[in-house]
Amino acid sequence: MVGRGVSPLPRERRDGERKKPMPASIEVSNLVKSYGSLQAVDGIDCTVESGEVFSFLGPNGAGKTTTVEILEGLRRRSSGEVRVLGLDPWTELGQLRRRMGVIPQDFHFFPKLTPREAIRLYASLFAVKVDVDELLARVELSDKADNRYDTLSGGQHQKVGVALALVNDPELCFLDEPTTGLDPRARRSIWDLIRKLRSEGRTIFLTTHYLDEAQQLADRIAIINRGKIIATGSPREIIARYGRPERLRIEGEPALAERLRALGFRVSPSDGGVDVELTSKGDALRILETISSSGLRWESFSTQTDTLEDVFIQLVGRLEEDSVLGTEPGTTP
Amino acid sequence: MNLRRTAAYFPAYAKGYLRNPVGLFMSLVFPVILILIFGAVFSNTGSSQVPLTVENLDHNSSESVAFLAALNETGAVSISMVSPSVGNLSTYLAHNDLSAGLVIPQGFGATVLACKMNTSGCGPVHLLVFTNPSSGSEAGIVQGAIQGVANGENLWIAGHQAVVMSVNLNVGNPIYHYIDYLVPGLIGFSVLVSPMFSMVNVSSTWKRDKLFRQLSLTPLTRGEWLTATFLWYVLLAFLSTLFLLGTGSLVYGAHVTLTLLALPFLVVGPILFVSIGLLAGSVSNTPESAAVVGNIITFPMMFLSGTFFPVSLFPSWLVPVAHALPLFYVIDGLNAAMVFGNPSAVYLDLAVVLVLAVLFAILAARVFNWRED
Repeated sequence: MVGRGVSPLPRERRDGERKKPMPASIEVSNLVKSYGSLQAVDGIDCTVESGEVFSFLGPNGAGKTTTVEILEGLRRRSSGEVRVLGLDPWTELGQLRRRMGVIPQDFHFFPKLTPREAIRLYASLFAVKVDVDELLARVELSDKADNRYDTLSGGQHQKVGVALALVNDPELCFLDEPTTGLDPRARRSIWDLIRKLRSEGRTIFLTTHYLDEAQQLADRIAIINRGKIIATGSPREIIARYGRPERLRIEGEPALAERLRALGFRVSPSDGGVDVELTSKGDALRILETISSSGLRWESFSTQTDTLEDVFIQLVGRLEEDSVLGTEPGTTP
Repeated sequence: MNLRRTAAYFPAYAKGYLRNPVGLFMSLVFPVILILIFGAVFSNTGSSQVPLTVENLDHNSSESVAFLAALNETGAVSISMVSPSVGNLSTYLAHNDLSAGLVIPQGFGATVLACKMNTSGCGPVHLLVFTNPSSGSEAGIVQGAIQGVANGENLWIAGHQAVVMSVNLNVGNPIYHYIDYLVPGLIGFSVLVSPMFSMVNVSSTWKRDKLFRQLSLTPLTRGEWLTATFLWYVLLAFLSTLFLLGTGSLVYGAHVTLTLLALPFLVVGPILFVSIGLLAGSVSNTPESAAVVGNIITFPMMFLSGTFFPVSLFPSWLVPVAHALPLFYVIDGLNAAMVFGNPSAVYLDLAVVLVLAVLFAILAARVFNWRED
């Protein structure tokens, strides 16, 4: 491993390495975790490439934490194949934990220790030398270095978690809902940290139920619901695949709809006007020509694209409706 | 098992413990407070002298003073005088919750003197002895002591010498006082209480806050963690022992020595109760239920193992209960090692504690899991 025994500094060397084809950091195939008759994780397949930010996105109780805890070696899987950095996380946790960093959901630490003492403890347990002040500065905790953990705020607690996860200079970081319950400023500051980790060449596995978080940070996303992955790809790909086409929204008389339908466009009514789907490059121009020569009244137009949120609600929401007839929700016990 | 990691983790645990005033109070301060209180309350019962209130209505006579001096010399009673102005002694005793009294009548000296001189005026003189029938043994001691002194006087007056005399000796040497039992008892108390209360709390709240999971992400193993924890409570047991010995002997003059044979109990005892506490916390789902389970285990042991009173004073039906409690063997062994100096009793108790400690440590290590299935 690169940089063992030194302080976790940005690793430029990694960039050189990354140009060569690198083995995937995480490979999961047909992962199942059941609690009695309840399938918390129901046949998941996914691959996380080295150096990317991979985000697991899903509603609460979708099976995100169960999956990530199996990948971290903290939970035994019921069946399926899992390789994390080439290792089986349950049986080879000893080797794995020296190469990965974990910030668990709802991170807690010993209330009477200070961040400085916590980092020193981890450094001595991992038997690595760490520049404590430098690490504290990186997570922006320098001014709280000697305050006891139980006097720190929620955002500062998460930063202690990040600092501890970095003590062993990991190749792979798991962050399980790192910004849940944080105020907007603390969220931004954790996001900056995640970007910093990525720029250092580390692979990040991020679970979240915040869509903006995934859209802002992730190279690739897997949307998980009821223990199953229902969509994967970059945010752009997911929107392209599952979202509606780009639309032209025209504010004006409802009668515009009839004219445009006559020309073969897909038109739907919208608040104070109509939405017209754009399928090819020239569509927008043709539509505008048609409505301006129609003599009908219209005021303005704008283009509409789906966001990740629209897609997510469409995918997860649709499944929620289906589930009325299906099994009970796949909650994590 | 890597002792370097144990050593690295130990100070972190110690800091967490020392920065929490409740834990520190329970393990080091509370036992000292207990020894001060119990020592003060019971330090009189160590001597068997019965308090005797005396009203001397003949206080000008040297005979009455000599009689009281002889009574005092028996060592059976401790005399406190009241002024004749108190009036009826029986009423006075009742009002002041005193159980024994003696009235020396007016003219006692003159009558005794007349008899000694064999002059007129010699005749029987009546000492009034008040005792409380409900405290039978004390009444017997008072009556016996007064009768004894009176008999001596009578013989002397009759010109005879006592022929058959008794010599009082103590069983064993030296005399054991309550405080001598209290010191090992309270050492046992702190060997029990400080690991039990904190381990029940640690194993349940750390589980809730997922601190064990956090530790499982480091190279520290459960065995290393357990070793560091054992070490901490052994250290606390030694510290508490020193505090209790110091307080007991400096404040109350306890005759207790910290012999080499007492030391194994200060090592194996904490290991036993750390394991039991860990087990109690691990089988409970919430810190609240863990606290209840912990108390159910701790409280009977705290009172019924000879902590505050020697088990030899228990009614016979309660003795088997005491013998069923692990702490009994710790305290019995500490008594044998520190008070009686009886090695064979020590070995037996130590064997019991050792077997229990190994058993519970294995059980705790099995039940107490860092990762989830």
